[in-house]
Amino acid sequence: MTVKMSARHVSAYYGDLRALDDVSIDIDTQHVTALIGPSGCGKSTLLRLLNRMNDAVPGARVEGSIELDGQDIHARDMDVVELRARVGMVFQKPNPFPKSIYDNVAYGPRIHGLARGRGELDAVVETSLRRAGLWDEVKDRLDDRGTALSGGQQQRLCIARALAVDPEVILMDEPCSALDPIATARIEELIGALRGRYAIAIVTHNMQQAARVSQRTAFFYAGRLVEYGDTSDIFTNPRATSTKDYITGRYG
Amino acid sequence: MIALACLAFLVATIAVDGVTGFVRTTVALPVDLTHLPVDARTLTGRSANLALTGAGLERSVDAAATRAFGSDGPTLLGDGAWLTVRDAVRRHPDLLARPFVIHVPVTSAIDIAYKHGTGSGPVLARMQQLKPALDSEFDRDFFTSSDATDPTRAGIWGALKGSLLTIAVTLLLATPIGVAAAVYLEEFARPSRWTGLIEVSINNLAAVPSIIFGLLGLALFLGTLGMPRSAPLVGGLTLALMTLPVIVITARGAIRQVPPSLREAAMGVGASPVQLVFHHVLPLAAPGILTGAIIGGARALGETAPLLLIGMRAFIAAAPDGLTRPATALPVQIFLWSDQVDGGFVENTSAAIIVLLLLLLVLNGGAVYWRARAERRS
Repeated sequence: MTVKMSARHVSAYYGDLRALDDVSIDIDTQHVTALIGPSGCGKSTLLRLLNRMNDAVPGARVEGSIELDGQDIHARDMDVVELRARVGMVFQKPNPFPKSIYDNVAYGPRIHGLARGRGELDAVVETSLRRAGLWDEVKDRLDDRGTALSGGQQQRLCIARALAVDPEVILMDEPCSALDPIATARIEELIGALRGRYAIAIVTHNMQQAARVSQRTAFFYAGRLVEYGDTSDIFTNPRATSTKDYITGRYG
Repeated sequence: MIALACLAFLVATIAVDGVTGFVRTTVALPVDLTHLPVDARTLTGRSANLALTGAGLERSVDAAATRAFGSDGPTLLGDGAWLTVRDAVRRHPDLLARPFVIHVPVTSAIDIAYKHGTGSGPVLARMQQLKPALDSEFDRDFFTSSDATDPTRAGIWGALKGSLLTIAVTLLLATPIGVAAAVYLEEFARPSRWTGLIEVSINNLAAVPSIIFGLLGLALFLGTLGMPRSAPLVGGLTLALMTLPVIVITARGAIRQVPPSLREAAMGVGASPVQLVFHHVLPLAAPGILTGAIIGGARALGETAPLLLIGMRAFIAAAPDGLTRPATALPVQIFLWSDQVDGGFVENTSAAIIVLLLLLLVLNGGAVYWRARAERRS
């Protein structure tokens, strides 16, 4: 088991509001790490810090260090564009570009110059769509608009889009919250299949989902990391009472 | 309801007065040019007009009018009547060899009397005598000639061309600069006292009366920079200053409409801020930006006051053949004609207003069409 990303003593602020308070956590390769906790507990903020998506938020600031393969992601020589290519992200609401399915997947490789020529690009698009479990459904309509797909298909298209730039880490911010149970089941299946290749961090409000898909679980409360460990331990034998209350549905 | 009634009244008035402006009254005039010392075979190229004029064509036409209608004959014809004969002869040089009958425009008093039955007693009486020879025809020259002292010869081509050149300069300058400013303010500028000041200035500039921009153009472009007076270039620059804030404001609105989820999607796959703007934000905002540019352009097209101040109100009898040549613009031409005493100009004014309104209708309709099309596609 290797540590892919590690956060040490990370605090995050939006203006005067402290959203994260001295959080230290590791994200391991070939593992799914679930970030759980009530709304406003800072789990999404942590996720967005991992590929510096919060840079664009006015008034947001961060303390502490976050490392990717031992390299500080806030270092001067760290190119944020390259960081986001290595640490891909899937969002809460499916957000395909208003372009064709093909162009949605091909966009990342194109701007990063990852594929030479049409043939190579075709191959990348097909591989990514296959890994996202979407290929068989869309292979005959790659020129259709991505926005014309169903919600679940759109989310898998967004996953394919993230996979196409060959990332090492995939961050998922409540990827199923806008989907129906069947589409959710497919995404969960997909997360299980992707685990072997990537380090995955997923924010979820769904306890069963966290228990089903993850190997590690981190429980956040009021900006603090309350408990972090193997998913089986957290769900069967939580140490903190707040964790126990949350996962048993006492509040949340 | 009241607004609709007013609009209907406006359109009806303009249409009733204006439609006859596109028609002109002609009189059948027997002409005999066989004595004219011109060789039909030499009537080629640029010198042809000069040859016919030099040979006394105008006098021959006057003589023909005297023979046909009596001693006041020449005064019944429009100033441009002999030019109609000249152009006919140039098209068919064989007319020099035999007597022929040609329809030439009459003077504007007879024209009005024939169309509307109004005018002084003697004019009406003279019109009645001529009536069998009078006829109406579509006034093609109205679209091909420029301003003239005689309303039957005056046309809008010069003003229209001046307007189009001016608007071209305006949009070519204001659109790129305005869009660039909007992109900078929305995407790159960090909110600060400085950008706040810029924002307030832009909003205030959009509300400044247009004649103030005319003064600015006069002082800056003509006074300080010494640019030529009455030129479409200067008119375009001045109107660009006026249109710029409108375009910046609409473009910023369009850029703000781009959903944040799309920005995140692009950033999430590692698009740089510049790639984000050019690959995602601008294509999505394009319909809104385009609509803003067209509406700004339409406003500039109808603008008169700033152009008056920079000298685009001169009497200019030839269409401008360059950006720095003296020109006038369609709304200014309307203003100038509305000032004229001669009754013939009333019709010209209305006809020019119809052309201007149609032009604006086409532009605004285009904006609506583009917007609808772009919305269907996304």
